Amino acid sequence: MNASAPIRSADTDLDLWLAQQTGKGLLRFLTCGSVDDGKSTLIGRLLYDSQLILDDQLASLRKESKNRTVGDEGIDFSLLVDGLAAEREQGITIDVAYRFFSTDKRKFIVADTPGHEQYTRNMATGASNADLAIVLIDARKGVLTQTRRHSFILSLIGVKHVVLAVNKIDLVGYDEAVFAGIETEYRAFARDLGFETLAAIPVSALKGDNILAPSAQMPWYTGPQLVPYLETIEVASDRTSQPLRFPVQWVNRPNLDFRGFSGTVASGVVKVGDEVLIAASRKPAVVTRIVTMDGDLEAAIAGQAVTLVLDREVDISRGDVLSHPGQTPEYSNQFQARMVWMSDESAFPGRSYLLKTGSQLVPATITDLKFRTNVNTLEQSPAKTLELNEVGTLTIATDKPIAFDAYASNGLTGAFILIDRISNATLGAGVIDFGLRRAQNLSWQSFDVNRDVRARMKGQKPAIVWFTGLSGSGKSTVANLIEKRLAAEGRHAYILDGDNVRHGLNKDLGFTEDARVENIRRVAEVARLMADAGLIVIVSFISPFRNERRLAREVAGDVTFAEVYVDTPLAVCEARDPKGLYARARRGEIKNFTGIDSPFEAPEHPEIVLHGATETPEQMAERLYSQMFGWGLGYSI
Amino acid sequence: MTDAKSLSHLKALESESIEIFREVAASFERPVMMYSIGKDSSVLLHLARKAFYPSRVPFPILHIDTTWKFREMIAFRDRMARQHDLNLIVHINPDGLKAGINPFDHGSAVHTDVMKTQALRQALNAGRYDAAIGGARRDEEKSRAKERIFSHRNAQHAWDPKNQRPELWRIFNTRLAPGESMRVFPISNWTELDVWTYIYAEGIEIPDLYFARKRPVVERSGTLIMVDDDRFRFEPGETAREEMVRFRTLGCYPLSGGIRSTAADLPSIIMEMQASRTSEREGRLIDSDSVGSMEKKKQEGYF
Repeated sequence: MNASAPIRSADTDLDLWLAQQTGKGLLRFLTCGSVDDGKSTLIGRLLYDSQLILDDQLASLRKESKNRTVGDEGIDFSLLVDGLAAEREQGITIDVAYRFFSTDKRKFIVADTPGHEQYTRNMATGASNADLAIVLIDARKGVLTQTRRHSFILSLIGVKHVVLAVNKIDLVGYDEAVFAGIETEYRAFARDLGFETLAAIPVSALKGDNILAPSAQMPWYTGPQLVPYLETIEVASDRTSQPLRFPVQWVNRPNLDFRGFSGTVASGVVKVGDEVLIAASRKPAVVTRIVTMDGDLEAAIAGQAVTLVLDREVDISRGDVLSHPGQTPEYSNQFQARMVWMSDESAFPGRSYLLKTGSQLVPATITDLKFRTNVNTLEQSPAKTLELNEVGTLTIATDKPIAFDAYASNGLTGAFILIDRISNATLGAGVIDFGLRRAQNLSWQSFDVNRDVRARMKGQKPAIVWFTGLSGSGKSTVANLIEKRLAAEGRHAYILDGDNVRHGLNKDLGFTEDARVENIRRVAEVARLMADAGLIVIVSFISPFRNERRLAREVAGDVTFAEVYVDTPLAVCEARDPKGLYARARRGEIKNFTGIDSPFEAPEHPEIVLHGATETPEQMAERLYSQMFGWGLGYSI
Repeated sequence: MTDAKSLSHLKALESESIEIFREVAASFERPVMMYSIGKDSSVLLHLARKAFYPSRVPFPILHIDTTWKFREMIAFRDRMARQHDLNLIVHINPDGLKAGINPFDHGSAVHTDVMKTQALRQALNAGRYDAAIGGARRDEEKSRAKERIFSHRNAQHAWDPKNQRPELWRIFNTRLAPGESMRVFPISNWTELDVWTYIYAEGIEIPDLYFARKRPVVERSGTLIMVDDDRFRFEPGETAREEMVRFRTLGCYPLSGGIRSTAADLPSIIMEMQASRTSEREGRLIDSDSVGSMEKKKQEGYF
């Protein structure tokens, strides 16, 4: 296409053509799919059809194509793109290769990513800089496990536009029903993956059907052809209309008279005269100049590399992020994220890594591995470690606060990598879901009437009595008896019950592990507020995970906290099954049910253990009540 | 630009490259920029100046001289260094010089290995550079297509294609162990056409050798070799004749094949390039030795 562009020697035509070349837009896309779906062949085809294969390359290709599957042109197109010698021997692509072609309308940068199972990390790498993905499917094989895996990773990395290329359609006799079946299945699977556009196109990369022009073999297909579709699809993520983020990359100080801050506008627009805020120090300054070698600018938009000069001496160094006041990034040392693990060495909570986001580099620790997502079924399960090519949801704490955004709202300031502190290998890539401990940005308001005063008015000592145990173990029954007893003696108590809270405060939460963690976190905070108000708080939740119970104890702070373990064997609980939940879980109707397909971590050091199989509820309540005096709960002060 | 919502393709590439340059300056102790005087190096130098303006380029510029470069290249190099206040370092392999290594007696493979590959290694070791910036592009050759922008080299300057660091978003892992180094390629994502259109759009100065002029040449197996100085060895019966030629790649003059051309200015070159049907590296004689030869050279420490 380039080569056939109408170029004449007249300068005006040439200038016009050059203007067109310099003014073209850019589309970065990646191709992914299973082994042998024909990715390399497709890219080779795109290069060939764009007339980018030169004569000398063509000659050597024809030579190398002997004994291989070739199209009418006598060429195995995959030879064009399978770069490394080792790959050529194995016949598979093992790394990300970048290819370039262009048409009259657009320039394209293609990331060719491997389909082999163990190289999921490379796909994530290719996806991280792509606006669009072509998911290839072999028409003879349909939607495979790896198709799902790759689509999930696209979704995780936030690729919003997908083309489903049903390839090798010639090998199924150009059958419409085969194509329609695959499209329907894929659309159903992709429904929850957050793709903004999804186009399905039946193609033969080898023969060229529906690549440039409509295929005579498929009159039943009326949709767009691949290249015209890629030329026109609108993918401009409006980074320019997002809030300003200017990560300072390098302090520009040629002499004592000039001090500028060099960086690339990650999002938004910065103008001369704008007031900007430094994320770390929260100090304001006004932009006085936007410097480039081509002269000063009035404004710089997302993607432009510039140097800002500010109106006052402020302490700014590499890693600082400038934004507009009122639209600042999060600034915290803890956040929740999802990660693709890319190393043979497992990820461990508690281990120290280096974290890099933008130009910020800080020591960081995985504080909690919440669960891993099975990339084939999208099911979530608890995890102690994260292995190569696995995707996990986790919380990370950095040694000092960093500026960031949720990845969903900013693809550049919400992404990070973890680096091994010894080998310096890049271990994993992550996207930030949200910051934790947002409260640290608020100052703590203190009041004169405190917990002691309120408790004294009620003549009691506030406490949190935290029940834990399987569903049907007898927690709520005993809790109810205790509250009645306390009430009869004039104490002010309140039961926070798992089922009840889920009808109100926590009705937005499901039963996945992260939702359960959030469920407990909220209840722990509420219990603490109620204890502050002077109440004896009885919490009756399954609360199956040690970590969350530990968190609840930490949240309670200096409030008396007692963990009551109602230890009733699973068989007994299941036989009782007061709400019929076990039966439903066994039938597979309820997922992540504690004791069935989700673990219960028994407390290691509970204040008291009650035995639901051998004691009656009254006996348990009596034993607990007498213990509570030992904790100093019942005294009138 | 003020009202635009997004950058043009060339402006986007320019910004990306500038960002990479700044990342190098901020992350490494002793960076160096490889300078080969060709068009890609000219673009690289232009981008480096833009990245740090109004500061001067904050690292040295390294030229590996084989003593067989076109004389005009050397004059151009020295003029650029003066004009842009560059810290220019020129290295010639002293062992090769002593041994009198040259392309006529020793052939392209030995000459290139001693005067270029080994010389580069010497210079990098001597300077204890931890980052060497180069002008390689991914569109040049198949094995380059998989090269990282920040490409890790072990203490022997070797490249392990199986153990490359994944490179996501624009977050570059610049960490090194003692003795290790990084090769950095700021114009990885540029194509040859991008380079030419950028030179045109920015008015970047390039050596005159790229433009068709009457030059003294001899023709050897279809390749036009310029007689640049009196060290040239004529075969029996050979004489230089004046022809309108230009060069698509610049290197050692006895190893650089020129093409017959009338393209005497930039637009004509771009037009001619667009119509041509042979790839850029074909003029470089070092690549034609064997399949995958570039890859082998990279593993041995050649760029």
